Amino acid sequence: MEILLDGVQALIAEPGRIAMILIGCVLMYLGIKKEYEPTLLVPMGLGTILVNIPMSGVLMTGDAAGPFQILFDAGIETELFPLLLFIGIGAMIDFGPLLANPFLLLFGAAAQFGIFFVIIVATLLGFDIADSASIGIIAAADGPTSIFVANALGSKYMGAIMVAAYSYMALVPIIQPIAIKACTTKKERQIRMNYRPGEVSKTAKILFPVIICIVAGLIAPVSLPLVGFLMFGNLLRECGVLDRLSVSAQNELVNLVSILLGLCVSVKMEYHDFLQFDTLLVMGLGLVGFIMDSVGGVMFVKLLNLFRKEKINPMVGAAGISAFPMSSRVVQKMATEADPQNFILMQAAGANVAGQIASVVAGGLVLGLLL
Amino acid sequence: MEQLLATLPEGMDMALQILVTGWGGIFVVMLVIYLISLALARLFPPSKEA
Repeated sequence: MEILLDGVQALIAEPGRIAMILIGCVLMYLGIKKEYEPTLLVPMGLGTILVNIPMSGVLMTGDAAGPFQILFDAGIETELFPLLLFIGIGAMIDFGPLLANPFLLLFGAAAQFGIFFVIIVATLLGFDIADSASIGIIAAADGPTSIFVANALGSKYMGAIMVAAYSYMALVPIIQPIAIKACTTKKERQIRMNYRPGEVSKTAKILFPVIICIVAGLIAPVSLPLVGFLMFGNLLRECGVLDRLSVSAQNELVNLVSILLGLCVSVKMEYHDFLQFDTLLVMGLGLVGFIMDSVGGVMFVKLLNLFRKEKINPMVGAAGISAFPMSSRVVQKMATEADPQNFILMQAAGANVAGQIASVVAGGLVLGLLL
Repeated sequence: MEQLLATLPEGMDMALQILVTGWGGIFVVMLVIYLISLALARLFPPSKEA
């Protein structure tokens, strides 16, 4: 009873801990009730509660590091967990539609605009360049890349960056329609596009990840861990002789790493790290980044349309972010709202897959410029 | 111009450099991948395998 009272007193003495426990509950509520990225938000929510209990054994057991700290050091500090996740993500991606319409690759590049916009705004707000870049990468709409870059650059905002990256990814169906409607007219959203399905040979699909590794390695060697693990996962999928490994990567590997990642990233959710005005700024800048991604993608298509006879629906540009398949679904839904007979899902899905490659390349290039 | 640059926060020159070389770099990489995709489609058409 005395120990319990000591614990309650310690909790009351530091109200920040109570606030963080409430934040942990909110994260779990969003994951369980609203189903916003539950695989990450539920473990992260409980982890947040666990690390903010006074004298928590998950961080320190006596003088030795506790289990969360050990997991953090082994999986995040070494950048292994995000990279392992990339194997699973690579195994889930079908580059077929993109290889059939490779022009869509450019939309993936355009929709990374939010990253660079946020880096500039964050720098103007007084963040140092490493933190600005780490905050900017939230706009890659790619959780593992955000963790990888923020950790490599030693950002002190890792917790806020993780929460922002995964929350906004889940909120893509709310954020993107607002951003897209703000910079397109109904007439533009009604633009219909012809889809020409092209077949892709198995050899091309196998060679694609291998060649991308070599090209990325030559242009931006720092990006190789990100690109290499992603493409390795894809090679497992496409080579045709490792189906068992591909299925394991897509399911068991992703599930296990997600559990561990969600829990141990909570190490950065201690109240004295998280409860700062800067955290609110990081969250706000992340939102701005997501909006500017969509704006960048839409504006790029509008620019292309000035020179094209066969117009592209500008919303396809907004689908060039990494949040797959949410973004392409959002774009198709909006196209149907504007014109019930308008089907642009395949083009949007191609741009969305391009966004997955582009976000990884963006992370690698930003690291290459700063390390 | 120098006066204007002097009023900007520290790191702004680097942020602008990241915008130009980073965003531009993504376009370059994606353009290279685009060309590779075209080459793969031409070198290994599906009909050849069937």
